[in-house]
Amino acid sequence: MLVVTCPVCGVHGDETDFHCGGQAHVARPASTRPENVTDAEQRDYLFIRHNPKGLHFERWRCDRGCGKWFHAARDTVSLEFKAFYGVTELPPVELMKQATGTWAEFFKDKIKAGKAS
Amino acid sequence: MNRYSVFSVARNAMNYNKDWERAWRSPNPKAEYDAVIIGAGGHGLATAYYLAKEHKMTNIAVIEKGWLGGGNTGRNTTIIRSNYLQEPSIAIYELSRSLYEGLSQELNYNMMFSPRGLMMLCQTEHELRALKRTWHANRHAGLDCRMISPKEVKEICPIINDDPNARYPILGAYYQPRGGTGRHDAVAWGYARGADAMGVDIIQNCAVTGIRREGGKVVGVETERGYIKTKRVGVVAAGHTSVVMQMAGVNMPIESVCLQALVSEPIKPVIDCVVMANTVHGYMSQSDKGELVIGGGADSYNNYSQRGSFPALEHTVTALVETFPIISRLRMLRLWGGIVDMTGDRSPILSGTDVEGLYVNCGWGTGGFKAIPGSGFVFADTIANGRPHPIAEPFSLNRFAEGRLIDESVAAAVAH
Ligand SMILES: Cc1cc2nc3c(=O)[nH]c(=O)nc-3n(C[C@H](O)[C@H](O)[C@H](O)COP(=O)(O)OP(=O)(O)OC[C@H]3O[C@@H](n4cnc5c(N)ncnc54)[C@H](O)[C@@H]3O)c2cc1C
Ligand SMILES: [Zn+2]
Repeated sequence: MLVVTCPVCGVHGDETDFHCGGQAHVARPASTRPENVTDAEQRDYLFIRHNPKGLHFERWRCDRGCGKWFHAARDTVSLEFKAFYGVTELPPVELMKQATGTWAEFFKDKIKAGKAS
Repeated sequence: MNRYSVFSVARNAMNYNKDWERAWRSPNPKAEYDAVIIGAGGHGLATAYYLAKEHKMTNIAVIEKGWLGGGNTGRNTTIIRSNYLQEPSIAIYELSRSLYEGLSQELNYNMMFSPRGLMMLCQTEHELRALKRTWHANRHAGLDCRMISPKEVKEICPIINDDPNARYPILGAYYQPRGGTGRHDAVAWGYARGADAMGVDIIQNCAVTGIRREGGKVVGVETERGYIKTKRVGVVAAGHTSVVMQMAGVNMPIESVCLQALVSEPIKPVIDCVVMANTVHGYMSQSDKGELVIGGGADSYNNYSQRGSFPALEHTVTALVETFPIISRLRMLRLWGGIVDMTGDRSPILSGTDVEGLYVNCGWGTGGFKAIPGSGFVFADTIANGRPHPIAEPFSLNRFAEGRLIDESVAAAVAH
């Protein structure tokens, strides 16, 4: 049973009070000029997922609390949550540094902008 | 390979069963193969078998990090059906189902294929219409399936709760008389024995740790037992597809989640068909040992631990107790989880890649046991000829860029 804490309202509950919304930090390719978006970019946005064995970053929703979406860092092997953070925020810097594979690539140039926790 | 027969049973009985030969060898990996299959689940083993049998490629290896058939192939609830919605799906699942009909004879290994009949309940007006649509699509393809009335449902499966005042009453069902179940382990073991007899090396307890590329081509695989040269690699690693493909630098449209199943204590025969209740998320059949085999929906979050969430199980069991009240006091014997590889359109991927010589067979998600023979057959053909088999072609990786999805996400809301 996963135990989740909402970083928005502070509610603490098991996974049935929340809802997992899949991978976090998926940026939609610029939508003001759709004709500039290639098929590959659109595919990456819609379908390609990091799916790491280990540290992962996800969206969750506080279904039975405040109803807000937020972000969580979770290990997909131990299932342990490492951090909960706001939906517009980046994960804590030390977690961005621990990320592996395609997540590490994704965070490489964002580490500077991240906040220390 | 010694054939199994009534005579071999008698002969071996006379020798106190001391002389049975091993079903497959435990070879050391060679330095080079014509092709390497990563993952000895049903799909990987069937691919190797058909590569050897149909394409005479016998200098090949199947490399498995654990034991053969220890992944989802040994963890599923063995439902076999072909009544999917889309044409490409019907083609591959029906090829598979029909291959199952003769597989025990072909492999000289008892798959216990049991086309006992499979019904998908219609428990809302919407589901009734959706399954009628599937029925019409299936009739176009010539599948032997039909809609049955609530009365027939009750006749075929007397333990079902047919109370018209139930929260989700039975409004009918979509029935495939030649759907059913099979013995999952035997499918892996039969293909392994058949492939091994033709010279395929099955190397167990040996994880692939890297895929070596030179330029745009595959040149070999790193394993726990050393480097193996090869020009062709087939990745058939189910829940670990993303991880393995990443070794070759290919990002996949896959999410790995846990799907669970459970079996009850054995009881006398109470149900001789398979019942799927998609609206309430549960399905059930009875094994030859008498255990009720139960499954439901997958967890909502990514997971590589083979341990699923308790609420998902509770949800399944609640639904089935409502559907089959007589099971309410049965004790459960075992429960387990498998890591399934989900695609966005809930259809598999059988495809070459941008890396020359690298092929991938994955995305079977919660429903690929039924597809093992057909998938192995067309994937072997794809690897051997370096171009997609016509039945595999629609399932290429390109479909995600081309927007040519094969949407089966509405076909069944439960895992099957
Ligand atoms: C609980 C449950 C119930 C299911 N019920 C049904 C059902 O009723 N009907 C149905 O049709 N389908 C069902 N399925 C789905 C079905 O089990 C799978 O789709 C199918 O077994 C996949 O077979 P596979 O050969 O692709 O994968 P697997 O059998 O999982 O084989 C993949 C193999 O790859 C190996 N591997 C992974 N990484 C590496 C590496 N780095 N190096 C070497 N080897 C590696 C793994 O160890 C594994 O043995 C169910 C699945 C589950 C979990
Ligand atoms: Zn909240």
